[in-house]
Amino acid sequence: MESILFYAFALLAIGSALLLVNLKNIARALFLFFIVLFAMAGLYLFALADFVAITQIMVYVGGVLILMLFAFMLSNKELLKDLQDSSGSFLSMPKWQAIPLALGFLLLMIYGIMEWQQSIPTWIQLSFENNTQIVATDNNIQQIGLRFMTFYVLPFEVISIFLMMALIGASHLSRKERNR
Amino acid sequence: MITLTHFLVVSACIFCIGLYTVLSKKNAIMILVGIELMINAAILNFVAFGKYDKISYGGQIFGLFAIVLAAAAVAVGLAIVLNVYRHYQTINPDEINELKDK
Repeated sequence: MESILFYAFALLAIGSALLLVNLKNIARALFLFFIVLFAMAGLYLFALADFVAITQIMVYVGGVLILMLFAFMLSNKELLKDLQDSSGSFLSMPKWQAIPLALGFLLLMIYGIMEWQQSIPTWIQLSFENNTQIVATDNNIQQIGLRFMTFYVLPFEVISIFLMMALIGASHLSRKERNR
Repeated sequence: MITLTHFLVVSACIFCIGLYTVLSKKNAIMILVGIELMINAAILNFVAFGKYDKISYGGQIFGLFAIVLAAAAVAVGLAIVLNVYRHYQTINPDEINELKDK
């Protein structure tokens, strides 16, 4: 049952990502991106990362996707061009050079994974032996909160400041210039 | 039983689709979508490895950090895209070939 659900989510993610790449209409592609993000959040659940999955849905679907839709609609000259360009074809014909590059990279990574399986790192083997994996009954959110405030307090503060800098920079970049 | 390899293969596929999007699309917004796909593949790897790390929860916590970084990147990237559109009336990266004001 568990693996059937996993394969369903994986197929949903990969399939809609493939369709996303080949669609011509950007609005449809962005909504397919939404489906990919949901399926990825589902996959995180199978790695028992429930908090990461919820954060993914909140941050990506609530923030990033809305921003992308706004940017798409604000650059609407492209939208009209896209609608005019679609001369009968539903799928767009991308640059062919990208296909062998991406496929080659995929083959390289699959080969790397297969090679890697022969020598699993010792810390993973230790966690198998000592039975210290995360299990489904753990209280993940409490543990993550504790780690954030103890082990990882410096990265946490750094990333807070980084996020604030990025937001100030974004609002500065997208301001209206008066004297032009 | 879902092993680590399953996660790794799925995330390799998603990463390559993101790479393909970045290389082949002629629209800056779709290129940002491709970058997001690649970041998502990386986060999937983070949480898949994090399952075996109960002591420090490194995988999940750095997955969260990666989500924050991706959100910041998208905010700045879309602001730049809008500015570029205001200057050039296009967001095709192939046609944007000068940094100077006209």
